[in-house]
Amino acid sequence: MMRLALWLLGALLLGGIVHLATVLMLPTLASQDAYARVSAIAPVNAVIAVPPPTPEKAVMPFMDPAFAMSVCRYDLSRGALKFSVPISQAYTSVSFYTRSDVAYYAINDRAAGRRVIELDLMTAAQRADLPENEEITAADRLIVTSPTSTGLIVIRALVPEDGWLASARSALAAAQCRPQ
Amino acid sequence: MGVAAAIGLGTTWIALTRGIAYGGVTIGAWTAWPKNGTPGIDPYAKAMMARTGELPVGSGDGVAFYAREDDAGQVLDGRCDVLVSGITPQARFWTLTLYDPQGRLVANSMQRQGFTSQQIIRKSDGSFDIVIGPRARPGNWLPTGGVEKYVLVLRLYDTPIGVATRTGREAPMPALSKRACQ
Repeated sequence: MMRLALWLLGALLLGGIVHLATVLMLPTLASQDAYARVSAIAPVNAVIAVPPPTPEKAVMPFMDPAFAMSVCRYDLSRGALKFSVPISQAYTSVSFYTRSDVAYYAINDRAAGRRVIELDLMTAAQRADLPENEEITAADRLIVTSPTSTGLIVIRALVPEDGWLASARSALAAAQCRPQ
Repeated sequence: MGVAAAIGLGTTWIALTRGIAYGGVTIGAWTAWPKNGTPGIDPYAKAMMARTGELPVGSGDGVAFYAREDDAGQVLDGRCDVLVSGITPQARFWTLTLYDPQGRLVANSMQRQGFTSQQIIRKSDGSFDIVIGPRARPGNWLPTGGVEKYVLVLRLYDTPIGVATRTGREAPMPALSKRACQ
């Protein structure tokens, strides 16, 4: 009896370890996560439009159909990136995700406070390497630090009513994401 | 050994498919996980997103509230009429979208999968009624395409609602009430 109870306890403990290990490892093993899905359509360090979701086909589940969306799949291993997008008429946002789809920064048109959302994206090491005088002139410059050297920039423009689609699309079409 | 593996993998599977995640804010029938849009996302939510392939709404962008049941706790059924009524929390824009449980849009003759805050016809006090159902209605009608189960997602953009929000007084969410079924 005692033996069986001990066996059960052992199995439960081991089960708990397996459970935690699988939960923690799954994000690195997943082959159909958002980054992988975007990688299938997006080249590196370039802005590309994501097709709008339809009942038949969508790049990712739970996409908001009220938005026009573009992505830049970035790779900072060769250096920092310059990113810019003109804001559209209604609402524009730029969200940053790590290689494992963690949202680490997002900014919208109102927070940017100007007609163009402009920023530099770099790793912590690249930021530390910035020359001193550049830091001073950079007071006006928004620098976003990426926790991983690869990741996604998602640019979205709201289409609040029919007829606003063209404006949203043209703002996104002018978005740029290129090495410095 | 086999038992341990079964327990471990079984609980992982259940946790990731049943949508168990910590740090949710539930207001009426709606639940949001504002922390999922930050680097503070919990490991369960992270694993769940890796499995489904979705991207969370970044916290500087907005917040998404999900409803799978109405206010009475009944699963949202596309063969019934459901009335969404009331007001939404403060936000520059919001969108309401209908998905199947896997997060796909639902086909219907109107090709309408949701509303934005600007497409809604409101009452004089600013509140609104939206009927979600299989058959056409005058006013704000969101077709269900007759699907058995669906999920409603109300997304608030440029909003003070976020990680610090706890109660319905800060975030008044619309009521979800079931009406006639087909």
